[in-house]
Amino acid sequence: MIPYMLCFVLFLVGLYGVLTRKNILKIIIGLCVMEYSLYLFLAMTGYIEGGAAPIIDPANRAGSVVDPLPQAIVLTAIVIGLATTALLLAIAIRLYKKYKTFDIDKINTLKG
Amino acid sequence: MKGMTIIVKNVTALLAGLVFLYGCYIVLHGHLTPGGGFAGGTIIAGSFILLVIANGIQYFRLKKEKEESSMFEGAGILCFLLLATGGLLLSVPVFFRNLLPGGTPGELFSAGVIPLYNIFVGIEVAAALLSIFLAFVIYKTEE
Amino acid sequence: MDSLVPLFVIIPLGIAFIIPLIWQVTRGVFRFLPGAGMLAMAVLAFFMLFNLGGESIVYKVGGWEPVNNIPIGIHLVADPLSLMMLIIVNMIGLFAALFSIPYIDKYTGENYYYSLFSLMVAGMNGVVLTGDLFNMFVFLEVSVIASYSLVAFGSSRDELEASFKYQVLGGIASLMILFALAMTYWYTGTVNIADASEIIRSGTGTGTAIFIQLFLLTGFGLKAAMIPFHAWLPDAHSSAPSPVSAMLSGVLIKAIGAYAILRLFFSMFSLSIEIGYILIILSVLSMILGGILASGQWDYKRLLAYSSISQMGYVIMAAGIAMVVLVRGQDAGIAALAMAGGLFHMFNHSIIKGLLFLNAGAVEYATGTRNLKELGGLASVLPITSATSLGATFSIAGIPPFNGFFSKLIIIIAAVQARLYLLALIAVIMSIVTLAYFMKVQRHIFLDKVKSARFAKVREVPWLMSLPMVVMAIMCLVMSIMIIPGVRDTFLMDAVNALLSIK
Repeated sequence: MIPYMLCFVLFLVGLYGVLTRKNILKIIIGLCVMEYSLYLFLAMTGYIEGGAAPIIDPANRAGSVVDPLPQAIVLTAIVIGLATTALLLAIAIRLYKKYKTFDIDKINTLKG
Repeated sequence: MKGMTIIVKNVTALLAGLVFLYGCYIVLHGHLTPGGGFAGGTIIAGSFILLVIANGIQYFRLKKEKEESSMFEGAGILCFLLLATGGLLLSVPVFFRNLLPGGTPGELFSAGVIPLYNIFVGIEVAAALLSIFLAFVIYKTEE
Repeated sequence: MDSLVPLFVIIPLGIAFIIPLIWQVTRGVFRFLPGAGMLAMAVLAFFMLFNLGGESIVYKVGGWEPVNNIPIGIHLVADPLSLMMLIIVNMIGLFAALFSIPYIDKYTGENYYYSLFSLMVAGMNGVVLTGDLFNMFVFLEVSVIASYSLVAFGSSRDELEASFKYQVLGGIASLMILFALAMTYWYTGTVNIADASEIIRSGTGTGTAIFIQLFLLTGFGLKAAMIPFHAWLPDAHSSAPSPVSAMLSGVLIKAIGAYAILRLFFSMFSLSIEIGYILIILSVLSMILGGILASGQWDYKRLLAYSSISQMGYVIMAAGIAMVVLVRGQDAGIAALAMAGGLFHMFNHSIIKGLLFLNAGAVEYATGTRNLKELGGLASVLPITSATSLGATFSIAGIPPFNGFFSKLIIIIAAVQARLYLLALIAVIMSIVTLAYFMKVQRHIFLDKVKSARFAKVREVPWLMSLPMVVMAIMCLVMSIMIIPGVRDTFLMDAVNALLSIK
């Protein structure tokens, strides 16, 4: 149970980072930390004690394998995370070019 | 960004091809070993990124390359979609149907269309990652 | 007919990736391609809705049949509710795509605009069709990533900042949803909605189910911009190019926010009174605060964005009433009535708000500003925009015989029948507030006298922009026929039954 709890703690650490940091890049890093905690959590849900990689192996057909579905989910989620992070970084670079700063307190043309 | 020293340039020139081949291997054996389209595509993109980092951004005459990589990206996805739709159009109408015979599990030519999907995903991921990287690099030089 | 279901995903995806490839060759023709695709899909959805007769199709992607009654592939489920959502999505998408053709001319990179637009529609079609939680997450991400970049499309200061805010809050929401998904998989061992619902409803772990529900509510609440989670919406919806605002406000917050909430909370989890009350409280907050904040705005599109929050409150409130009624064991007919009102209002609001945002786009296109204090007296120079805007105003404020009146009336009647008199009262009062702030819009933009000499040369917008507005204004009036018994049964009650009968 403890590893699952640690994943949740990591999730909250990322959320804390997103909510409290003022630097755009640190916010993005916070989002990434949240993402990775979820990948860990998903990968652990599919773990079976002593399981092999979930591939058909003619030599070892009887042995137990770990659950492949969470692994597929994690891989897809990584791809999605890549797209999100790339877009966030692209917007961050553009923002830096317009405002010459990464501080979100100084980037405030829009109110409320 | 002018590129690094001659030692780095030569070593990368030797290594990039090997990295590229390793990526192709991962893509082609996606149905047999861990890895597959996404992992292999990332490695292939890595070989190009290595060259750009070592040799500087003039290496690819960048404007043109970026267009080409996004063209590969579009073409990769379209092929994937066509393959999936092919299952819908031929004989039994099922989206994403496995059209080809399965073969013996464990051999390179087996698992029906899955290796083909892996190849197109590999092309698409490599092109997309390269596009993202080149977009950032070109943006940096526009300063 | 079964094999037509995946077309709703194939067509927009194909269009999205074929446009950048062949753009250079024949630019003029391919601007119409997204509109044509969406027209085809809207017609297809209508066709399927009338031919299904209340039944639902379960389409198994890849032909993977269930093993021992445990589904192993991805399922697409086309029931009357998802077909109704498909009609909304593709119809508003068609109008917005036509409107974009002249509007987006001034930007560079038009091909990417149309590509992203189709991608967003593909994502939304996927979200409403899918019967699989993880597939829903993937399609949701496809549509929101496309919408992030569409919000930032002009890359001016406002747009970039709005997009960044939208991305950070949207990212948190997506991760909440992914976390809930991981918990669901951990708890039930499946990501298929129908299968998970059986396990959750027969299981004993109500604590876990409530925990998952709270995460889902936060995630989809952020996507649907209910009040404590609304911070991104006014910025994103007002900064984006107008056709994109029409899509975001008209369709996106419904397809990936309200629809997902309705679908998951009514068909997947066992109904609980707590969740019902939470939905009602959030929706009342949204209605009241959204309305009050909208009244104080002087930016046309910002006002519309706050109004969206307020109107979505009605939809969620109807869902909350239905859930409370069902859990209390009152007459199921009242729940069906409330849900019908909610779905009808969702349908109406997407047309009305789409139209209003297109009006705002037309005003901005013609005059170059959207500040209410600068505009004035446009009724004589922009007759079509002015007339359609008046129709939308009457409709959203609930003046008979426009469609907005009937949907609000149904919700209020249902609230009274469920003996939730306070909610009925709030709904009536907020309807009056809505009328007030839209009258302010009418007065400052279209009536009044001309305040600035630079509006002397303003001309009516091109026909491609006025055509969608006129059609949508007519629809505002015509959609009232949906309460006539014969039409109501095929179109509305089937969707309600599909949602409520899966218990």
